Amino acid sequence: MEILNAFFVSPFVDMAEYPVFFAEVVANGFLTGIMYSLVALGFVLIFKASETFNFAQGVMVLFAALTLVGLQERGVPTWLAIGITVGVMVLLAMAIEKVMLRPLVNQDPFILFMATIGLTFFLEGFGETLWGSNVKRLDVGIPERPLEVPLGGDFMLLNEFDLWAAGIGAVMVLGLALFFHRTTIGRALRAVADDHQAAMAVGISLRTIWVVVWSVSGVVALVAGIMWGAKSGVQFSLSLIALKALPVLILGGLTSVPGAIVGGLIIGIGEKIGEVYWGPLVGGAIENWFAYVLALIFLLFRPQGLFGERIIERV
Amino acid sequence: MFYREAGQFKSGYAADQAMFPIPQDRYVVIAIVAFAFLGVPLIANEYWLQAILIPFLVFSMAAIGLNLLTGYAGQLSLGTGGFMAVGGYMTYKFTTFWPELNIVACFLLSGLCAAGVGVLFGIPSLRIKGFYLAVATLAAQFFLVWTFNKVPWFYNYNPSGTVTAPPRTIFGTMFTGPEASAPARYLLALSIVVVFAFAAKNLVRGRVGRSWMAIRDMDIAAEIIGFRPFQTKLLAFAISSFYCGVAGAMSLFLWLGSVETEAYGIDISFQVLFMVIIGGLGSILGSFLGAAFITLMPILLTNAPQFFGFSMASDLQKHIELMIFGGLIIFFLIAEPHGLARLWQIAKEKLRRWPFPY
Repeated sequence: MEILNAFFVSPFVDMAEYPVFFAEVVANGFLTGIMYSLVALGFVLIFKASETFNFAQGVMVLFAALTLVGLQERGVPTWLAIGITVGVMVLLAMAIEKVMLRPLVNQDPFILFMATIGLTFFLEGFGETLWGSNVKRLDVGIPERPLEVPLGGDFMLLNEFDLWAAGIGAVMVLGLALFFHRTTIGRALRAVADDHQAAMAVGISLRTIWVVVWSVSGVVALVAGIMWGAKSGVQFSLSLIALKALPVLILGGLTSVPGAIVGGLIIGIGEKIGEVYWGPLVGGAIENWFAYVLALIFLLFRPQGLFGERIIERV
Repeated sequence: MFYREAGQFKSGYAADQAMFPIPQDRYVVIAIVAFAFLGVPLIANEYWLQAILIPFLVFSMAAIGLNLLTGYAGQLSLGTGGFMAVGGYMTYKFTTFWPELNIVACFLLSGLCAAGVGVLFGIPSLRIKGFYLAVATLAAQFFLVWTFNKVPWFYNYNPSGTVTAPPRTIFGTMFTGPEASAPARYLLALSIVVVFAFAAKNLVRGRVGRSWMAIRDMDIAAEIIGFRPFQTKLLAFAISSFYCGVAGAMSLFLWLGSVETEAYGIDISFQVLFMVIIGGLGSILGSFLGAAFITLMPILLTNAPQFFGFSMASDLQKHIELMIFGGLIIFFLIAEPHGLARLWQIAKEKLRRWPFPY
């Protein structure tokens, strides 16, 4: 009985008794979730256009952040450093297309997945050879003051930085949506995502599209890198966020941009609530696997994720 | 090759169905196994056994396990490290609980435990496929490692949280523990790997292996011709996890001697997956080739600069090693996506016509 009580009753009693604390936990999770979504977005973009499960997205985040910090340390002003880093990510996308994707065209998605893991090792070594491997501080001038938000006669503590992150995330998604729906190249991207062969038949160059898509997800990686780097320093562990983005992805559906956002929020909030209310009961640090188990259980009921395309099998 | 099938007539089903139908192949395999048992312990020194041969055997075992699941049954798994952890920790529990039980029996029992856990985490495979399944198996990886970290029962309430292989003897010879000699540990690992490699080779040639391949190639069609996807997939998970579990036990008892949960981390899962891919999906020989490649490569890369006579700062060297490793993986995938086993096959076909190719 006591165990049942500890697991199924008292956490909810706690939530009801201290609503402000609960709101803080949710807000905290919400903002972490947005950061996950930023990483997951890069995955989705590439998966949609080339059916490649890009494991290297996490290390691209690290690489972008390392490049930015490295440039800053050498006295390049922030705005210029960001510009140069975007350029570097585009160059990287071109190199990846030329060296890795083109020879592997028409291979099993599985092989491409392994190739992106190879790319992960390569970029990790490359970034750290260029810029060194010690932990760096990234400061792009986002304020980090605590804010007190009135809530039902009480005050809730929020960090201004997190609000900025949320704002930037929203702008990013809006920008991507506009890019996809209002520009010619965006339309071409959607065409490729729908059907490679049909897109090629109407004269869309797959190679250009791949370069564009990898560049865009490089830029998304840069934004994610700036946010994560400013929050927790630029270091190797940044590339491990990729592992955190995976459950987000499958929860939301591999092919859906809104799915990446909603999945990120669900995982972010669920993880924080689980850790705060249930974590102490089982010894803590459940953040490591909670997201995966959540995604696993969810997939049992909906194998294609929340917004993924229905998986149709034909024989 | 310098010999060929032509003219080698079979006069019975048994000869036709043999594991190595060409006698020369059979002699070569027997010679290699005999050399590994008799020659290697005499000529190899401590460093070779401990740093190269024993890890090679441990990883071969794990790679065979994953290859059964991924290469033959077509279920992508990233949970290898977790299943290996089950093997390692359960062997530790068994052998500390019943010290008189033979250590090999403990290995097998813990393999069975790993098989049970594998079935549990394989259940989603009935609904989920491809990358979705891969991510779902990551749940196994993280959850299992976390469990062994957080539940003190598994490491006998040891304050440091590490598990150490206790000394165990078979027929009066010490095989595990800090005092066991490297050749003894090597020989035990080799015996286990040889037995299970032959078992795997026979498994995939028979009914079970064929049902796996049918499921891999097209599961709906396999279902229609009468294979039950439920049993087939779960059996693949069970047997694969059994192999991985025994590999995990070997890595604790015969190789490292003392581990924490990090020894079974996500890196190991990826490493074993690389071995399977680089070696060749759906090939037992490939598992060995891949394991050899991935265990030897870092050692070669570490020693190469000294060999060429220039030195580097150690962290720079580590980064460059990573770059070369990543680059080589991409290169291999581009050069031969079907792995080293396929290269070996091509070489054999080329040699067959040599020196008169048409």
